[in-house]
Amino acid sequence: MEIGAYSFGDTPLNPDGSPRSTAEGIRNLFDAIVVADKAGLDYFGIGEHHTVSMPASSPGALISAAAAATGQIILGSAASVISTDDPVRVFQQLATADAISGGGRVEITAGRGSSVETFPLFGYDLADYDRLYAEKLDLLMTINDSATENVTWSGTVRPTLDDLAVVPRPVAGRLPIWLATGGNAASSARAGKLGLPVSYGIIGGEPHRFAPLTELYRRSAAQAGHTENIKVSVATFGLVAPTKKEALERFYPGWHSLNVEMGRLRGWGAPDRRQFDAQAAAPGAYYVGDPDDVAERIVHLHGYLGHMRHFLQGDFGGLPTEHLHESLTLLATEVKPRVARLLAAK
Amino acid sequence: MVTTIGILGAGRVGSAIARTALKAGYAVHIAGSGPAADIELIVDIVIPGAVPMTAAEVAASSDLVVLAVPMHKFRSVDPATLAGRIVIDTMNYWQPIDGELDEIAADPRGSSEVVADYFADARLVKTLNHIGYHDLETDARPAGHPERHALAIAGDADAAAVVAEVINRFGFDPVLAGPLASGVAFEPGSPVFGGRHTAAELAAELEPAEAA
Repeated sequence: MEIGAYSFGDTPLNPDGSPRSTAEGIRNLFDAIVVADKAGLDYFGIGEHHTVSMPASSPGALISAAAAATGQIILGSAASVISTDDPVRVFQQLATADAISGGGRVEITAGRGSSVETFPLFGYDLADYDRLYAEKLDLLMTINDSATENVTWSGTVRPTLDDLAVVPRPVAGRLPIWLATGGNAASSARAGKLGLPVSYGIIGGEPHRFAPLTELYRRSAAQAGHTENIKVSVATFGLVAPTKKEALERFYPGWHSLNVEMGRLRGWGAPDRRQFDAQAAAPGAYYVGDPDDVAERIVHLHGYLGHMRHFLQGDFGGLPTEHLHESLTLLATEVKPRVARLLAAK
Repeated sequence: MVTTIGILGAGRVGSAIARTALKAGYAVHIAGSGPAADIELIVDIVIPGAVPMTAAEVAASSDLVVLAVPMHKFRSVDPATLAGRIVIDTMNYWQPIDGELDEIAADPRGSSEVVADYFADARLVKTLNHIGYHDLETDARPAGHPERHALAIAGDADAAAVVAEVINRFGFDPVLAGPLASGVAFEPGSPVFGGRHTAAELAAELEPAEAA
């Protein structure tokens, strides 16, 4: 089982709660990836976001920088909002990072975007949400599967490519492309039908309830005749600290401010501590705890979903960088070996 | 009496309501946006026991119909198919998800009243909108259980009474808020929205809206 982390960027806060610079958030994220690589973490994902609190708008640029500064960690977008980007550019940027990494360490995860700030930002109409995603995913896969630099594709959401060069090609010929979903059943069926590995973002409820979705994914893949590259990864909230108590106290303030911000946008009431504590205990969705707790819960979930990678997001709402670095280090040095031991003992 | 519940929308909300209805002993007919074959495998694995159909077939064969499509897509449902039916509106207007919907945002009334203009011949009832789809499945409790939560219902009295029995069987205490217009009291941004309340707490929250 691969163990990893992901981030949307986390703009630090001043003591009075006001945001510091978004540039600082990006620099901190870069530093965190370097720490994760040194500690031996398997994977780091950068999720495209366009808000002041979460400023990781450009996964390709960050992953290129990280590719040059790291040695072993797998780097990926998690996710790229391809509906409102040009798949040619997304592919080129990540293929460039792949070249810099030496090859084989860069992945793309293609998503639709669960919030829609990219639509006005890049001038797209939300009414085209489904068509944009379907066509652009098709274009991204067409480029990736192309035997040569030259690509031919036509659709309705972007000008035709008529035997045009899309460079560079990935070192290994293709990049791993994952499909990201938050649990819509049709998305699991789509991933299976296309033969793409699927990445579940599980941000609430009880993660083991995603088991029927992974079955749907695997059955859809089998029906379409796909046998290779059928893999599941899982992204959840989470933070590791030496003790569960410390992990909860470190994670809660950021979770609280994230929920205040989301609540303002979506009309939720004030976040409540009891709700937080329930989610942070098994079988809830927040993997916040000491290494034993987090490892046991990842292995428990594996019994339901059979995932091959679990990666955690702990940095939001201005998490102090030393807490993030400690969590990344513990994930690599303490959680990962425990997960391996527990899975081997099964 | 309601024995068959029809659900329009096989996304996360529609699936969660469908599983809840099956668990409560109802027959469930469900439709996505296309032909039944498109969702056959999905229903078979994710909502076992439900019957996939087209939207028109769901509307024609159910005692009560649940609208569980994103707000920006409600006009994809043909209003003629729902004439005379009791229809539960579970939808919320969320700008971050739906984008700018001027017809909702610029209208001072509740979103369900705008939706009701479109489904003019249906008996629209607003409920199931102020609980998260995860919580619907994890928070259901038998009647009388001390942890049982309440759900608010707004609509004409006869239709609301029918829906109240369904909510009760789903595992929640129904609290009648009044006519459809009183649904604004549990829209996003209200104190009720997304919270957990007992029947008494919910009734107390809704009271000012009723008096107004």
